[in-house]
Amino acid sequence: MQTVRHRYDAVIVGAGGAGLMAALHLAQAGIPTAVLSKLYPTRSHTGTAQGGIGAALGNMEEDHWEWHAFDTIKGSDYLADQDAVEIMCREAIDCVYFLEHMGLPFDRTPEGKIMQRRFGGHTNNRTGEPVRRACHAADRTGHMILQTLYQQCIRYGVQFFNEFFLTDLLLTGDPLETGTRCCGVVALEMQTGILHIFHAKAVLFATGGFGRIFKVTSNAHTLTGDGCAVAWRRGIPLEDMEFYQFHPTGIYKLGVLLSEAARGEGAYLLNGLGERFMARYAPKLMELAPRDLVSRAMYLEIREGRGVNGKDYLHLDVRHLPKEVLEKKLPDITEFARIYLGVDPEREPVPVQPTAHYAMGGIPTNVDGQVVVDEKNTPLVGFYAAGECACVSVHGANRLGTNSLVDILVFGRRAALHMARFCRDADFAPLPENPEAQTMEHINRLLNNNDGRWRVGKIRRELQEVMMDKASVLRTGDELQECLDKVRDLKAQYAQVRLDDRHSAFNLDLIEALELGYLLDCAEALVASALNRTESRGAHYREDFPKRDDVHWLKHTLAYRKGDDIAFRYKPVAITKYPPQERKY
Amino acid sequence: MEVVVRILRFDPEKDGKPHWQEFRIEAEPNDRVLDLLHIIRDEHDGTLAFRRSCGHGICGSDAMVINGKNRLACKTLVKDLRQPITIEPLRGFRVIKDLVVDMEPFFAKYRRVMPYLINDEPPPEKERYQSPEERERFDDTTKCILCACCTTGCPVFWVNGEFLGPAAFVAAHRFVFDSRDRAAAERLQILAEYGGVFNCHVAFNCVDACPRGINVTKAILELRQAILSGAVQTEAELSRR
Repeated sequence: MQTVRHRYDAVIVGAGGAGLMAALHLAQAGIPTAVLSKLYPTRSHTGTAQGGIGAALGNMEEDHWEWHAFDTIKGSDYLADQDAVEIMCREAIDCVYFLEHMGLPFDRTPEGKIMQRRFGGHTNNRTGEPVRRACHAADRTGHMILQTLYQQCIRYGVQFFNEFFLTDLLLTGDPLETGTRCCGVVALEMQTGILHIFHAKAVLFATGGFGRIFKVTSNAHTLTGDGCAVAWRRGIPLEDMEFYQFHPTGIYKLGVLLSEAARGEGAYLLNGLGERFMARYAPKLMELAPRDLVSRAMYLEIREGRGVNGKDYLHLDVRHLPKEVLEKKLPDITEFARIYLGVDPEREPVPVQPTAHYAMGGIPTNVDGQVVVDEKNTPLVGFYAAGECACVSVHGANRLGTNSLVDILVFGRRAALHMARFCRDADFAPLPENPEAQTMEHINRLLNNNDGRWRVGKIRRELQEVMMDKASVLRTGDELQECLDKVRDLKAQYAQVRLDDRHSAFNLDLIEALELGYLLDCAEALVASALNRTESRGAHYREDFPKRDDVHWLKHTLAYRKGDDIAFRYKPVAITKYPPQERKY
Repeated sequence: MEVVVRILRFDPEKDGKPHWQEFRIEAEPNDRVLDLLHIIRDEHDGTLAFRRSCGHGICGSDAMVINGKNRLACKTLVKDLRQPITIEPLRGFRVIKDLVVDMEPFFAKYRRVMPYLINDEPPPEKERYQSPEERERFDDTTKCILCACCTTGCPVFWVNGEFLGPAAFVAAHRFVFDSRDRAAAERLQILAEYGGVFNCHVAFNCVDACPRGINVTKAILELRQAILSGAVQTEAELSRR
């Protein structure tokens, strides 16, 4: 296998919102930067985000970043680090103006200001009523963000390495030892099969989530937890992996997202009896209650036999909304329903079910995007993470809608600013000997396994089914244990996976096999963490431990890979102004 | 139901030239062509190469020629296609493998029109104001997902390597008609040169092909009008005169 070496001050892996925001700021700071992405940047999943960016601009009605912060902390079921949340909500405002100055085409009010809409969990803290905080561009906000950031990166001459697949993170030693530094990454050039070693002073992972561990997901096929798994394999902990959000309204069976914006514009959720069942679960906010609550309510309605036609789906009803609203504010959602279900939302309710959507957990970082390796927040010098693959933690046990777009912008920028300062002062740390050795060994094993018994597709399908069945919205200890056993079983099968394609050019078989390995790692960390946490909080709901237990569990989980097993340590939650309370809507 | 799919295969490491391969698979009428491709990879032939990501028509990765027309595989349903379903890579770009083509020239043409907001006036503290009417003027061309269905379906693009192509024109339009941009004159100059908007033969293939329903030809003609008249006006504004 051929190898090529590069040297850049900063290397960013991932070209979605967080990666591009960071790249833009590093380019503006004059730092030689390379952006690696396994997709062409505009294909990144940020582009599918629909609803909006939450920022307390106060363009439509009174609003304050402090309200946004409280909503976020309460929405997180009090697990979010409050200092980080305050930073995020305060800086959200400037990030939105920054994007607008860069050309983002927001929807506008009659006076010409950025338009904002209501969204689940975002309230006026005085009255408790929903507040218009989500800045949006129809239901294509993510698309506009991704396009705008990519366009500006072109303007500033950012160096892209497109269709480069991350295979390893390079460190000078054990990540838990003082003095260890990150010194680069190894990536596979998908078009040619050549291995590239990027020597860097600072590396940022912005690789997104891992929804593809579940059968029904809103996530792209390419969201396979690459950065999380690569860091995990190098001994870096993963934080709060048990907290995985299921979005209430995915298209039945397909998982494609129908944005919360529909509910923000007034859509209803109905069960098989035609009832707006949320009245029983969140009487004040109804359909605009936070996602974990709504998804759980939906699962319970279905389990108690009140699904539509007794089946496993419910209805999203927009028939009562003005036609103009559907055409101007929710055009993409309308199109999805028509194309994929043959349902005209103007005349019929749309079949929906909860869909695996967002990882609140991931690679632990501080508020400057530096990856930290223990409960004391010790940074691993030169290694950064931002976006969904990171855990700051600003979303705690459950994320509010519109907050992911805020997260990627605020922390993408903060990581870049810290990286820029670091790169100016630091020298390169030396690369280890044979940095490509581990990657080559892994790839050669996959390519040359002639006795392999299993196909990638089979193992992946079984993983997705067991995770959906036993580790999704409603969990029990017994089922989690069965799930963990099955995942480990699948890992053993993975060691004997057989590829059809042994060639170098665009070997999707090899890529999918590598991705499957990452999915298995992320799934194992998630299930083990879920089994370990004997309480319910936010999106993590255990029927055998249904109550929130602040006495024993008001803390973050840090999961470490220890050989074939997983060890846990705990990090305290940073509390500034808001003592944890009961979470009611 | 059984579905017959014929795919134009090409592996540069073993094939001298492309060749058709037929697959018979079990599928549902509501399945997407993308689902068929995944079934083939998972159960029949793991060497089949194609690009895909979001699976619902937003990312633009899986543009290909399906039954002779440029479409997104994830937005095309089996029930709307005659069998056998034929699938080929996009035309006009070098084939890297099977359905994967070299997109570099496409993005190079995109970059030629300076596809980013240019406004060097110091920005206000908050947002620049833009009325809903001003916002509406370029709404259509903000929808482009760079899938290349338009450009690779364009007869001028097929024969003229200098032609910037519909997607680049859509990108240019989006900025020329954005009230906040200040570089309309420079962009229009690029578009007035050889290979620009005057090489469009108004075939409407782009409009037919666009999976986002963008009226590409209208954008191109509005750009032409802007160049000829010196005033940037939409079709609606022109017809009100």
